[in-house]
Amino acid sequence: MNPDTMQEVAPIEIAQPREAPLSTADREAVFETRGLTISYGKSVAIADVSFAMYKHLVTAIIGPSGCGKSTFLRSLNRMNDLVPSARVKGEVLYHDQNIYGDGVDPVEVRRRVGMVFQKPNPFPKSIYDNVAWGLRVLGMKDDLDGRVERALTQAALWDEVKDRLKKSAFGLSGGQQQRLCIARAIAVQPDVVLLDEPASALDPIATSKIEDLIHELKNEYTLVIVTHNMQQAARVADMTAFFSLERTESGGHGVLVEYDETPKIFTQPADKRTEGYVTGRFG
Amino acid sequence: MAVDAGRYSLTLSPRTRRRKLVNLFMQALATLAALSAVAVLVLVIVSVAQRAFGALTWDFFTETAATFGQSGGGVANALVGTIVLVAVAAVMAVPVGILIALYVSEFAPPRIANLCKLVLDVLNGLPSIIIGIFVFGLLVLGSGQAAWKGSFALAIIMLPLIARATQEVLALVPSTLREGALGLGASRWRTVVGVVLPTSIGGILTGTVLAVARAAGETAPLLFTTSIAANEITWDPRQPVLSIPVDIFALSESPDPADHARAWALGFVLIAFVLVISLSARLLLVRHQKKLEG
Amino acid sequence: MSAVPSAPVLRARRRLGDRFGDLFLYGLTAAAAAAAGALLVAIAWKVFDVAYPAISKFGFGFLTHQAWDVGRNQFAALDFIWGTAITSFVALAIATPVSIAIGLYLSELAPRGARTVIASLVELLAAIPSVVLGLWGILVLGPFVGTELEPWLHRHLGFIPLFSGTPENSGILVAVLVLTIMIVPISSSICRELFMGVPDELEHGALALGATRWEMVRGVILPYTRSGVSAALILGFGRAIGEAIAVTQVIGAGHGIHWSLFATGDTLASRVAEQYQGAAGLQVASLVYLAAILLVISLVVNLVAQVITRRFSYQRVGAT
Repeated sequence: MNPDTMQEVAPIEIAQPREAPLSTADREAVFETRGLTISYGKSVAIADVSFAMYKHLVTAIIGPSGCGKSTFLRSLNRMNDLVPSARVKGEVLYHDQNIYGDGVDPVEVRRRVGMVFQKPNPFPKSIYDNVAWGLRVLGMKDDLDGRVERALTQAALWDEVKDRLKKSAFGLSGGQQQRLCIARAIAVQPDVVLLDEPASALDPIATSKIEDLIHELKNEYTLVIVTHNMQQAARVADMTAFFSLERTESGGHGVLVEYDETPKIFTQPADKRTEGYVTGRFG
Repeated sequence: MAVDAGRYSLTLSPRTRRRKLVNLFMQALATLAALSAVAVLVLVIVSVAQRAFGALTWDFFTETAATFGQSGGGVANALVGTIVLVAVAAVMAVPVGILIALYVSEFAPPRIANLCKLVLDVLNGLPSIIIGIFVFGLLVLGSGQAAWKGSFALAIIMLPLIARATQEVLALVPSTLREGALGLGASRWRTVVGVVLPTSIGGILTGTVLAVARAAGETAPLLFTTSIAANEITWDPRQPVLSIPVDIFALSESPDPADHARAWALGFVLIAFVLVISLSARLLLVRHQKKLEG
Repeated sequence: MSAVPSAPVLRARRRLGDRFGDLFLYGLTAAAAAAAGALLVAIAWKVFDVAYPAISKFGFGFLTHQAWDVGRNQFAALDFIWGTAITSFVALAIATPVSIAIGLYLSELAPRGARTVIASLVELLAAIPSVVLGLWGILVLGPFVGTELEPWLHRHLGFIPLFSGTPENSGILVAVLVLTIMIVPISSSICRELFMGVPDELEHGALALGATRWEMVRGVILPYTRSGVSAALILGFGRAIGEAIAVTQVIGAGHGIHWSLFATGDTLASRVAEQYQGAAGLQVASLVYLAAILLVISLVVNLVAQVITRRFSYQRVGAT
């Protein structure tokens, strides 16, 4: 019970407790940020963020709105480059290579780090072509049919669309379109998949399908997911990073407050701010 | 930790290098196309300005053309003719254009509004020479040329431009303004005339100015309605008058280089007028739209 | 009894005046709108009316024969239908990639600050009166084409029938170039607006897969705007077929059907403009018959463009 408001706080379900705690020391870090600071023009969005994301784990980024979670996520595949006023300081290491280093082309980064967006954004093409387009562009044209089928199967969409592959993607429901976007992203065999609030535009049934999918996908990929839904983070994530707003004279910017295994964040957070957020006292 | 070169390496693969090259090439083509268009614009304006240079004297503007056979003289008759033609055309086209726009935006049911817009768009796309033949067949056949008949042809050309510009500005007037007036008990027509129209005046004005710029440069419709003219300066719309574009046309077809020089000078005057008006009208329109959108 | 009329009377009186005002305004504006429609019909009717003597004399054969002999009163349109076709299609062929390229440059590539400036400059090209462009065509472009461009083309590509024949200062090629200069500004500004209207999420979705900008343009922007771009180009084509003045100034008033772009010729519009003054009798009717053919073609082309534009916007709404 929350002593301040005397309200019952619903116990947060945690993903299946592990037999042994995760040993991140043995795991390969896929991403590591060092002192990452991103600003748009004069205003700082996130400041001095440093932590690592590990292979075949689901890492969730949670926090109140406006604390730069999406900005952080987009810095991992250099989608921030598309905003002309964006400035990046610090390093984002992908397998020990700074993706913002000299000579690194965003095209190469994005090939390895895929993204699923908040609002499903299928191309105005057929279902088949939505998945096949990326494959053709990147030169993975051998066994196109097979690759498309495999991607749609992995995205748990194959059975629903196998008889209408040539139909427009816009004929699918919101949840199906989002799974199509996931299929499209994994068809090109990325290393990491970034998901920016992938289920926030969907109904609860579609949401739970996406969450099941995330469990499956981490066997083959590394996932980083931004979500404003704490329960979702508790359900799907292995590691959770809590961001919050730090007030300054010029407004505020996002900072990383705490980063740890999900059960710990939700049951024994080390920082008061984390505790305040996950127990619902704010945010 | 050693970089696992190969699987995770971010160095450019040959395939990506090729794709980047294609990308760069396409960017270069697009830039070239845009710069060519600007280059042509500059080329034309500079050509005209260069060749018009010597001829632009005070006499040029105030004297009328020399009588047939002699070279020299001015273009006052053509200047006055153009002013008369365009002014009368504007008087004909502006009220009708505004009325049509009012109908489309305030009164017409959606399907009829769309039909009206289609009619205006088709009218706008008609070759101006056809409009000239129409007015010729309707008014000139049998009764001779006159400035107002030419104005009528120009008015047909101006009409869709004014109607469309007015309609677009009317659409920008927020419905809260109309509802406010009606809510106070004002009738429909008072709302339109007293509230909606005055708010749109800026846009109507710029639409008219753009239409005037277009009409001032038209040649084809005037070929059949008012191209044979005497050399005196006349402000009477019942007489046939010479217009600047028709004069340029006639001079450009002549083999005499002195005529060409006059054509360049007239061309410069016309371009200067049209470009200055188009630019300022566009700027005013953008500013007016910004004001309305708040 | 007070001298002030009672409230119900006031209301009734004001309502009557207002109702008349409303009705009058409605009637006036509706009449204006109807007049526009009537105008369109009247134009078509009048043109065919003036052309009637030639239509009744020559019938449809006018469209399939080649002739233009004032002395013997023999007239036919085929030469000029050909002239209109070849000048407009070749101009369209050049203008299409150029307009799309400029539209892409202005919507994707140009540095933000320069964007509106360059866009305005391109639009300004559309504001140049056709007679001035024609003047420039006769005295500047024509000689350049005749003494530099055509000889060069003839030397290097003379085996193609398009570039055979003797270079001249006026002719189809000069007309094509002038028409291209007229089509490009309108089409490219429409293309620019269409490309800017593609939703950001679609562009980002393609880029996030690792596509280059050009691949994103080819895979998302161009297919998405396909109909709108077609309509823009068809509108430009419509402008080209109807252009009388600039074409007549540079095309050289020839006749006959040749494959060579160096030849002189005439289009439907330009022949009318050129021979109108001093024409009499059957010649006038025949010239207006040419105009009637032009009118029909122009109406069809314009309607096609308008239908595509309107269907395109419905498609967009349905797709969301």
